[in-house]
Amino acid sequence: MTDVAILGELAYWQQTGIRVGAGLAAVLLVAGTLVYLHLFKLVSFMQSRLGPMEAGPFGSLQLLAEVGKFLQKEDIFPRKADRFVFAAAPFVVLMSTFLLVVVVPGGPDAWFINSELGIYLAMAVSSVSVIGILMAGWGSASKYSLLGGLRATGQLIAYELPLILAVMGVVIQAETMNMQGIVQAQADGEIFGWGGIGNPYILTQFVAFVIFMIAMQAELTQTPFDMPIAESELVTGYMTEYSGMRFLLFFIGEFATAGVFSAIASVLFLGGWWAPIPGLGFDDNVWNLLGPLVLVTKVVVLTFIIFWARFSLPRFREDQLQQLAWKVLIPLALANIVVTALLKIVF
Amino acid sequence: MQLLAQVSSETDLYVAQNIFFAVIAVTMIYAAFRVVTTANVVHAALWLVVVLAGVAVQFLFLGAEFVAVTQVLVYIGAVIVLFLFGVMLTRASMGDDETVAGEKRAMAAIVGVLLFAVMAVALVDSFEDTRVDIDGPQGVTEVSDAIFSQYIVPFEAVSVLLLAALIGAIVVARKD
Repeated sequence: MTDVAILGELAYWQQTGIRVGAGLAAVLLVAGTLVYLHLFKLVSFMQSRLGPMEAGPFGSLQLLAEVGKFLQKEDIFPRKADRFVFAAAPFVVLMSTFLLVVVVPGGPDAWFINSELGIYLAMAVSSVSVIGILMAGWGSASKYSLLGGLRATGQLIAYELPLILAVMGVVIQAETMNMQGIVQAQADGEIFGWGGIGNPYILTQFVAFVIFMIAMQAELTQTPFDMPIAESELVTGYMTEYSGMRFLLFFIGEFATAGVFSAIASVLFLGGWWAPIPGLGFDDNVWNLLGPLVLVTKVVVLTFIIFWARFSLPRFREDQLQQLAWKVLIPLALANIVVTALLKIVF
Repeated sequence: MQLLAQVSSETDLYVAQNIFFAVIAVTMIYAAFRVVTTANVVHAALWLVVVLAGVAVQFLFLGAEFVAVTQVLVYIGAVIVLFLFGVMLTRASMGDDETVAGEKRAMAAIVGVLLFAVMAVALVDSFEDTRVDIDGPQGVTEVSDAIFSQYIVPFEAVSVLLLAALIGAIVVARKD
């Protein structure tokens, strides 16, 4: 893979500037798109209503209005709160999202970092958000927040294991942890000698895909795994005491993380930025423009599944939630690793 | 691609890396002092996050990316989270907790200084002025090759140790 001509000629700080800009766009634009498409429109259609229609065509500027509303609100600190921890918590959560987006490639040369650690790095930094959630839960000095934070942590620890174990099947099959390498392995793959659509790992690693999607739903604390913010019991869990700007940060973090996790899932199982278009080689420069669009399309499809489940299913009880992780998903993921490794040796 | 370390045998002095090493080292030392001097258990755990993140960055400077990421995954993502989880489940008082520090501070300080002295003497004595060769950054492939061939016996021994700890935890936690 060669460097893009433009990026190669720029100074380090200019490249860094471009990467920071692209990272902000990848987090904020994707989060905005998901909120509008799914939270405003999809759920409205599922409930036979129109959703926001006033601000802009089909309500497309509603999001800007909402952001403006949140920015005007007072930044309230509870009287007994630990001010620094309380104030810093949303930033820790959002930082984890920004660190996650870094590993997702958008084209043969359109990447933030092309580390050989790839998916391992992603799994490591995604666990940092738990500390932010615990900080928010404890720093608020509120029983609801603390309980929400503890529930969130128990859930995130439990579902991180199946998430990582599901990834291992893909890593064994692709023989690399590098995200570009995983995309390339799927693009070069063949299904019984037919290479027309490559070999997206959703076919061979379907079990891992299902486990990854379920664990992802739990990691994002989306319904049916929304015990931490169960509104009928805990108001909004660890976010209860937050208002205005800081609540907005949690909100952006929630949807941006949904987008980034879906992007990682589409790299692992759907071929990432690559799509089977005849006449285009893997390294063609066109992919640097086309790739991000293909990736976002796959992200929208995967997040559609997430929000479809979110708006259709009732909430799990805490013990059911833990049993699903420890007694079903983890054994299944381990079995998947063993089978994948055996088949890898046989073929 | 290396995340941070820029290793080339032609130059001997990496100015930018030395500056950042100093910045991070000073931050780590300050945070480490705060871990043992703060009177709030949750604050201590959060300061420990800063120390461990600093360790991860220092590993990056040495070109040991795999170890750095493992440091984040294991220590920040798991150990600290369990610390915080345990503290919050049992006693998560907001203000300063007077029982945390106690009268054992002087003894702890003496032990800390002695430990530092022993380790410093041992390190200086065994390495003296030899330059540690970091020309070969440890990639994933090299690390895994080393673990599963040269160091296979210690690796398996550690697995057995963890298994023993796991069984021990279950035995202690079981009521019947």
